[in-house]
Amino acid sequence: MTVMYLLKRMGILILVIWAAATLIFILPRLATSRNPISARIGQTAGAAGYLSQNVGEMVKAWEAKFGLNQPLWRQYLYHMKDIATLDFGYSLAFFPARVNALLLSALPWTMCLFGTATLISFLLGSLAGALLAWPKAPKFLQYFLPFFLTLSAVPYYLLGLVLLFVFAFTLRVLPLYGGHSIGMVPDFSLSFFMDALRYMLLPGLAIFLSGVGFWSLQMRGTMVIDLEEDYINYAEAKGLKEDRIFFRYAIRNAVIPQATSLAISLGQMISGAILVEVVFGYPGLGTLLLKAVSSFDYNLISGIVFIIILIVAVATFIIDLLYPILDPRISYRRQVA
Amino acid sequence: MKIFKSIWSTLGSTATYWRNNPKLLAGLILILFLFFFWLAGSLFVDLKRAQPISGLPDQSPSSRYLLGTDSNGRDVFAVMIVGTGLTLKIGFSAGIIGLGVAVILGFISGFYGGVLDAVIKGIVDVLLTVPPLAVLVVIAAMRTEAITLNFMIFIVASLSWMLPTRTIRSQVLSLRERAYVSIAKLSGMNNLEIIIKELMPTLIPFMAAGFVSISSTAVLASIGLEALGLGPQSLPTLGMTIYWAISFSALLRGMWWWWLPPVVVIVILFVGLFLLTSGLDYIANPRLRRVR
Repeated sequence: MTVMYLLKRMGILILVIWAAATLIFILPRLATSRNPISARIGQTAGAAGYLSQNVGEMVKAWEAKFGLNQPLWRQYLYHMKDIATLDFGYSLAFFPARVNALLLSALPWTMCLFGTATLISFLLGSLAGALLAWPKAPKFLQYFLPFFLTLSAVPYYLLGLVLLFVFAFTLRVLPLYGGHSIGMVPDFSLSFFMDALRYMLLPGLAIFLSGVGFWSLQMRGTMVIDLEEDYINYAEAKGLKEDRIFFRYAIRNAVIPQATSLAISLGQMISGAILVEVVFGYPGLGTLLLKAVSSFDYNLISGIVFIIILIVAVATFIIDLLYPILDPRISYRRQVA
Repeated sequence: MKIFKSIWSTLGSTATYWRNNPKLLAGLILILFLFFFWLAGSLFVDLKRAQPISGLPDQSPSSRYLLGTDSNGRDVFAVMIVGTGLTLKIGFSAGIIGLGVAVILGFISGFYGGVLDAVIKGIVDVLLTVPPLAVLVVIAAMRTEAITLNFMIFIVASLSWMLPTRTIRSQVLSLRERAYVSIAKLSGMNNLEIIIKELMPTLIPFMAAGFVSISSTAVLASIGLEALGLGPQSLPTLGMTIYWAISFSALLRGMWWWWLPPVVVIVILFVGLFLLTSGLDYIANPRLRRVR
């Protein structure tokens, strides 16, 4: 991997992060018809039963305090400085709490649920797809594919609703709501881990089931084409063992397009996972986002959205850097066009 | 007319694949089924019953309310008819807008190349890595007025055109080097004529696949936003119905007739769109035909 490629790829990463930071700066300011400060003052005044005569002056005073009377470019620079230090200010809805504290408490839940479920779905799906293309694989696998393919067309969270109905509401074998039992304090003990695992099972299953068909279909497509290549015939002619050809020759080559589409669809998948959390009331970023949206908490919405974009951008970046390991032919040296 | 002839011949070759391509047929049947469900429903059912407080709240299914009513007194069966229509409208309108963007950008990028190509390709690559829901949530949440159907169509279309743009661009890149394009150029056709008369017809299967995939992305994005409550609050789209069902905990109250019908309709819609996409892919990418 050359330094040039690394620099270029990091440039794109920074570009994405910069675009996200600018987006959450511009959009609230485009909504000019509602001034958040006068709205907030009106709300408080209404709740306290006292109507101030000089609301206009109060709005001005608070605008000065928040730096909203500064020229736009200076506001933008302050905003960028805050983002660079990952400081999203106070939450408006849960006031004394800072956005960062809320994000930090939600992030581990989302990362564990989404990361584990997606990884298992990707690995198992790809393996199943590879087997589907392999002539000597058990035939019964063929019958599962249409079923899982149908599931992969269904949005994650609708599948979640159905799973919730069957396993939690009707059969009552798994919990209905939340991330851990009420009364359990999150810590690193084994009992808490087992408890959290039970709560993770259904939302995780929803994410797993809707991904696995997609990955196996794509893997099968690549494998079928790869298996007709000369190097596979040659490997067979050499008398190599079946499983060596399967794992080291065929899968090795077919896994590269899989990684590409993992990088491309990461954004779509995390969007789906966030909605799964809403259905299950799982205490991650999705449920936090629902709370933020329903209470018009701009700061919290901006923070969550920025963190999600950041996670996806960094994950895509890492996958891109892993390519040369997956495929030694890609060296990212300057190619002769 | 040359264009009609080429469309006709494409359709003709489509028909020959029909028998080898049951996915396309099955997908078409599912989508048409939903369309006729909406059409017949709007003709024979009083759609005023889809409005809140038009009936008794929390009724289980009966001869009077085929699918019961929700907690706001909407007749769920009427809601399904209206919601199916609205959601199809969101999907297909966004599909038309998005395809328009994808065709224009894809052709400019692929045919003219140069700086424009680099810029368009860069924007597509950056936007592709951004999780669409995150951006849409910001746009929808910052809007101060109530969200209308047209606004919904516009925002879901705005983030669904990137993949088809890329496909069309790469197709145009390879097509413009073909001999028949050079001949057309030598015989005095200008660029626009070449694009419309020579390139477009060959790309019809790709554009059809692009349209379906944009519609599907758009519907997915719209019901995702709606599940967060960021949809047209006064309209009973399928996603809003699910939002209301979740926020009134229909599931825990055992009101299956409230949350299950929209799930079923959405599943039919997505499976239909998915089958259409893979059926059209089969036509557009002959390489796939090796995979049986």
